Amino acid sequence: MREFDLVIVGGGPAGMAAAVSAKEHGLENIVILERDSELGGILNQCIHNGFGLHTFKEELTGPEYAERYAVKVREMGIPVETDTMVLDISADRVVTILNRGRGVEEIKAKSVILAMGCRERPRGALNIPGYRPQGVYTAGTAQKLVNCEGYVPGKEVVILGSGDIGLIMARRMSLEGAHVAAVAELMPYSSGLKRNIVQCLDDYGIPLLLSHTVVDIKGKEKLEGVVIAQVDEKNAPIAGTEQFYPCDTLLLSCGLIPENELSKNCGVEIDPRTNGPVVDEGLETSIDGVFACGNVLHVHDLVDFVSEEAARAGESAAAFVKRGCTADDTAAIKVIPQNGVRYTVPAQIHTADLLGDVHIRFRVTGVFKNCEIVIKAGETELLRRKSRILVPSEMLDIIIKKDRLAGVSEDITAAIEEV
Amino acid sequence: MTMELTCINCPMGCELTVETENGEVVSVSGNTCKRGEIYAHSEITAPTRTVTTTVISAEGRPVPVKTAQPIPKDKIFECTAAIKSAVIHLPVKVGDVVIDDLLGTGSQVTVTKSVG
Repeated sequence: MREFDLVIVGGGPAGMAAAVSAKEHGLENIVILERDSELGGILNQCIHNGFGLHTFKEELTGPEYAERYAVKVREMGIPVETDTMVLDISADRVVTILNRGRGVEEIKAKSVILAMGCRERPRGALNIPGYRPQGVYTAGTAQKLVNCEGYVPGKEVVILGSGDIGLIMARRMSLEGAHVAAVAELMPYSSGLKRNIVQCLDDYGIPLLLSHTVVDIKGKEKLEGVVIAQVDEKNAPIAGTEQFYPCDTLLLSCGLIPENELSKNCGVEIDPRTNGPVVDEGLETSIDGVFACGNVLHVHDLVDFVSEEAARAGESAAAFVKRGCTADDTAAIKVIPQNGVRYTVPAQIHTADLLGDVHIRFRVTGVFKNCEIVIKAGETELLRRKSRILVPSEMLDIIIKKDRLAGVSEDITAAIEEV
Repeated sequence: MTMELTCINCPMGCELTVETENGEVVSVSGNTCKRGEIYAHSEITAPTRTVTTTVISAEGRPVPVKTAQPIPKDKIFECTAAIKSAVIHLPVKVGDVVIDDLLGTGSQVTVTKSVG
């Protein structure tokens, strides 16, 4: 059985940054397993710009951002096995992999980093009534078809959901000569960035219909159109507001779900709020030596945050292997989300042996204006930061200095206080 | 003339009202910080965008490209059509120049992914 110090599952931005960092922190025997035929993950299809402002201090497209890390991986001599699917990870870190050339193989890992990313919520999870004709795609599938395969799926488009991928695809389909009739959003606000609403919808005269949803899909073999209706405060369609939109393409941009089938089979504890593993400050899951980072842990809005988080997972995995793969038995305090905070990553902190400053990342439960972020250990305030506005679509990253946390034994709370 | 804009600098998304005279900004209101005013000025006087799209190579594979500099907003469709008609052969490397001066905008069009 082949043995590795570190097996990284997934060669997207998280997996690549984790590999680079683990190597920098002294691990030699690393392998990245990637099911696609090249590194880069979802960045390869995100050909728009806006990536890398934090990491590289310049605005890059997705493929450019991916290629910078792929070049680093290659220059550092980190082995990559592409076209390789991970089938199973056991709690004692035996990883079962499948490759067309080598068949099924079991490999032994001293440590594992989960970097599988996330996937889109499909039609089946949205409960849209109507037929199941050809022409209904998730926005990311359409993005892959247009940008990587060179096929434009349709000419007359309606988009359900105003997530950023949907907005980006509204612009992309317009540039490819399609007409985008409308973007319907169930909520009274968009889940996408303001910049994308202006530059992807307003620039192209595409209406954003807030508090609207698709209530029927017409067409038996091929999509013929959708019925859009306004919804009330309880998200129930309002009778009499239905309007028919003829279209050959319906794109769905209704949220992302971390892809944790492997984690669950391994026995990793999952946080129902993030749908990702419960981790400590070193991104270690409930299984010793198994770490998680990037969108498999919690869905990010910036790839720069993914790279930074993954680098910490790589550092932690290196530390775990170097101390002889023994579990961290020191006491852990909890990080508890309170008023206005939906979840936190990490969910617990081992304050006795911190590798560095601790990042606490979270999303808020709604829109808060003129408020303060307050982090406390018991009754002791560790941090208080004013903010003009906090919205659920932007992940927050709070850094607590290592010396502020060293030896703290009371649970930590994160809350939003309105001023 | 009065124009309505949404500021894109932060999640506040202030709704800006801009008064203009002969294409010059006379006043900006609705903004809650200085950045809104700066944004309104650039959006009214010279709105620009970076355009990203794909060029299908002679071998039939899509190659992602971008305008190296932002181009005038009102030339997006014209520029996209010009980019689409460019002819490229694999292999290409990230940074390769596909068009040197895109329709007189002064912007290059460059490859954003090494393919082939």
